[in-house]
Amino acid sequence: MKFGVVVFPGSNCDADCFNAVKAVLDQPVEYIWHKSNSVEGFDCIILPGGFSYGDYLRAGAIARFSPVMEAVIEFAHRGGLVIGICNGFQVLLEAGLLPGAMRRNDSLQFICDDTYLKVENADTAFTALWQPGQVIKIPVAHGDGNYYCDENTLKELQQNNQVVFRYCSPAGEVTAQANPNGSIDNIAGVCNKQGNVLGMMPHPERCAEKILGNDDGAMLFKSILAAWQRRVK
Amino acid sequence: MYQAKIYITLRQSVLDPQGSAVTRSLHAMGYENIKDVRVGRYLVVEVDAAGREAAEEQVHDMCKKLLANPVIEDYTFELVEV
Repeated sequence: MKFGVVVFPGSNCDADCFNAVKAVLDQPVEYIWHKSNSVEGFDCIILPGGFSYGDYLRAGAIARFSPVMEAVIEFAHRGGLVIGICNGFQVLLEAGLLPGAMRRNDSLQFICDDTYLKVENADTAFTALWQPGQVIKIPVAHGDGNYYCDENTLKELQQNNQVVFRYCSPAGEVTAQANPNGSIDNIAGVCNKQGNVLGMMPHPERCAEKILGNDDGAMLFKSILAAWQRRVK
Repeated sequence: MYQAKIYITLRQSVLDPQGSAVTRSLHAMGYENIKDVRVGRYLVVEVDAAGREAAEEQVHDMCKKLLANPVIEDYTFELVEV
């Protein structure tokens, strides 16, 4: 299974994502420069975290018009697996591949900390190896992670099981206190209706190996490979 | 040549964390009559267009596609000939 990590000017988690694929899955992985207009030959596209275009205008707003994004959008519409992490999530929102938008954190602070997440949907290609409702620990690092969508969209997300991760307490309670940034409904990650596009603010690539002190994030990468292997069969 | 002065703010239905913080700060300073603050962006765009209508249409288009995010933001603009 071949992974592609998109590199925008200002991406800064690209090497971490690249390394996670190598270290956890030992699968082929390549960087894709944002000026490329093709994602031909890739089986999963990762939009990494960082500050593409310095977050000018809005986080992800300018990256969304990079040449590579047209190919990524087309790839996603054909059912290709796309995951956006942190800034990558913001790019997916701006590109319209996922519903909603990001606001400044309600504390107005940049938050760099471990968060606990409840796996609300363990039926996606990105989460299938977790148990439904399982609590995992994944770090966040963002200033604009306050997820917003209107009421109708939220209802739709809930009805279609598109809320994939919610911020929770270590015991798994989804409370306002466990919400680091003010996100509506404690949302930490959502997928599209088809389930092949995931956006999440927490960074699984930063906790994918034991040597990093936490390997909860490894399961996400393993799930992707397992889903792809099932598909190919 | 036209100049568009574009104002972008979070929609009224969307809580504005920066605006709330500024409101609280103003209250703490004694400006208790301040009811609400919305923080936004201000852009000045020079448009080389054949006429006012064409310029307006283009500014609307740019606002919808890139300059504002219609999910959470509203925009208004003034257009002056320069």
